[in-house]
Amino acid sequence: MSLQDIKHIALVLSGKGGVGKSSVTTQLALALSLQGHNVGVLDIDLTGPSIPRFFGIESAKVRQAPGGWLPVQVHDGQEASDKTNGHHENGQEKNSQSGHGALYCMSLGFLLANRGDAVVWRGPKKTAMVRQFLSDVHWGPLDYLLIDTPPGTSDEHISLVETLLKSATPEQLAGAVIVTTPQAISVSDVKKEINFCRKTSVHVLGVIENMAGFVCPNCAECTDVFSKGGGKAMATEFEVPFLGSVPIDPMFIRLIEEGKAPVYPEGTVVDGQDMHQNGEKSEVGDEGLLVEKYARCSLCPVFAGIVRGLVDNINVTAG
Amino acid sequence: MAPSLEEPIQPVDDALDSHLRKQPALKAAPPEHCPGPESEQAGKQDACAGCPNQAICASAPKGPDPDIPIITERLSGVKHKILVLSGKGGVGKSTFTTMLAHAFASNAENVVGVMDTDICGPSIPKMMGVETETIHVSSTGWEPVWVSENLGVMSVQFMLPNRDDAVIWRGPKKNGLIKQFLKDVEWGEMDYLVVDTPPGTSDEHLSVNSFLKESGVDGAVLVTTPQEVSLLDVRKEIDFCRKAGIPILGLVENMSGFVCPKCTHQSEIFRPTTGGGRQLAKDTNIPFLGAVPLDPRIGMSCDYGESFFDNFGDSPACEALRDVVRNVAEVLGMKGEDVLPLDD
Ligand SMILES: Nc1ncnc2c1ncn2[C@@H]1O[C@H](COP(=O)(O)OP(=O)(O)OP(=O)(O)O)[C@@H](O)[C@H]1O
Ligand code: SF4
Ligand code: SF4
Ligand SMILES: [Mg+2]
Repeated sequence: MSLQDIKHIALVLSGKGGVGKSSVTTQLALALSLQGHNVGVLDIDLTGPSIPRFFGIESAKVRQAPGGWLPVQVHDGQEASDKTNGHHENGQEKNSQSGHGALYCMSLGFLLANRGDAVVWRGPKKTAMVRQFLSDVHWGPLDYLLIDTPPGTSDEHISLVETLLKSATPEQLAGAVIVTTPQAISVSDVKKEINFCRKTSVHVLGVIENMAGFVCPNCAECTDVFSKGGGKAMATEFEVPFLGSVPIDPMFIRLIEEGKAPVYPEGTVVDGQDMHQNGEKSEVGDEGLLVEKYARCSLCPVFAGIVRGLVDNINVTAG
Repeated sequence: MAPSLEEPIQPVDDALDSHLRKQPALKAAPPEHCPGPESEQAGKQDACAGCPNQAICASAPKGPDPDIPIITERLSGVKHKILVLSGKGGVGKSTFTTMLAHAFASNAENVVGVMDTDICGPSIPKMMGVETETIHVSSTGWEPVWVSENLGVMSVQFMLPNRDDAVIWRGPKKNGLIKQFLKDVEWGEMDYLVVDTPPGTSDEHLSVNSFLKESGVDGAVLVTTPQEVSLLDVRKEIDFCRKAGIPILGLVENMSGFVCPKCTHQSEIFRPTTGGGRQLAKDTNIPFLGAVPLDPRIGMSCDYGESFFDNFGDSPACEALRDVVRNVAEVLGMKGEDVLPLDD
């Protein structure tokens, strides 16, 4: 049983496409890893898998193991360096030197011969694939398994929830994170996802509002990372936790697309951290691990907060 | 169970074809290796042994779906049918559909329709400002809602029991609803019908495209955003159209750059790191229809169901959109200026 050694399983859902499910999943995973947890990411978007691209491991292939598949490793776990060697003088450098948990991914993208091929499957085949992803991947011991889903509620979701309700314990199945954007249209969409969760008795861990505000790469004049959309009000209305707002950060896209470590104009302060100075001090260059470069991204402190809230909610639910 | 990946992907033409055949009513979910209850081998293959549907499948009459000619007939009064497709969700397909329709309709001589076939995305009724309309059903079918003299809208959403509920249905049930929708809406005589389709990740995507393809579409406009995550999916979509025999009218790049409302600095939010839509169009040999910058006001107009063209007609995004519309017209063999006269 491949889910056996996993402590908590969380789904990432949205009614509408392109609101940032995959980028939220990616960042939740990176942020959890930066807080020392071992994390797995399962991509059940079978026709448009984007997790391999987000983690920069598009050419990776899954390896077969007896009775199953081995997930692709993004990075190994690493102890914080001030524990292993206490010799750096400047405590402020901690950010780039601290440890992180291991991170693994599984996606249909790793199994396709050609990345541009259209994937056309019948419902039953999709169902079988989702089940297989849940039963045959050797994750090993994980603190968190995050599951990225295709938009809407279709065969993949139904099969996913059905299988999880059967093969994971209620303690393991922490619940779902719902992603939305400030546009009214996508808020009305969240209602549907909440209804989906209620009907399938999946606990709602909270709502994340993505693309609220903007981190300008040019100057810090009107960088507005906390411009609130309707996410919070909506969460209150539906009596589900609000996990936080995430601004649009072109530097995040640059990181994903070009592997470049983010840099910010002077005066860009997020959550009390001066992102400009952080960048100047950091020793992590473009060759570093994704997780190390992400630590320099303005969205990193934002997600650190979101993940703390999420972990609390999960622990409360898990009793 | 050892993982099996032999022949994981069904050929596109086969998948499309299966939507165009009679579907027997099953009493249980088909198993993984089901050959397809509509196929000639249904009920007779190895996978069918022990399947609860075996008797139904083996005896059900095989052949083309009798509903297809009905759908084709319904759409026979429409001169031009344009599909709007995307690989990824959220690239602005519905926004673009709305824009294209408003643009065609800005010439009073055109009668334009918007057909929304996306069950999961509630955008079109909202964007067209018809969310709360009740639909008129006559003896001959469902009538589109008229937004203006010459612009009608009909959405599959209107056929759902409760619009706030997630549609937790498996593929076949959704396909059934879409077919009903295509069969029952009375479009009448129209010059243009712009069809917003479900994203290229769903089963509905297949059924919409196969039904409409049979009724003779002019072709598909593909929408993407400039970054590779999105281009990746549009490549799959191009592959799909080619295999499915749907002509590609061209590719539109949406959200190309963002002009800050405070200063005039243009930021590239979605960076075209691999050359963007233009390069992809070139590589795959399809027309590039234009790039539309991101304007937060487009989103706002859409939220309130207003026409962006009426409200912010002179914004760069509008200009770009009008160019795209003219290019679409040219690809369809018309003169761009006739469809949308150049401003003077
Ligand atoms: N906060 C953000 N800042 C910058 N870019 C973002 C942000 N959130 C999402 N994006 C970008 O928006 C695009 C769409 O996001 P993503 O692929 O995560 O959406 P999705 O919901 O998974 O889409 P789909 O429904 O198609 O699976 C990506 O290019 C991503 O990099
Ligand atoms: S932060 Fe500066 S450069 Fe960026 S949009 Fe605002 S004023 Fe313009
Ligand atoms: S009998 Fe055969 S064709 Fe019919 S549903 Fe079962 S497996 Fe599919
Ligand atoms: Mg995604």
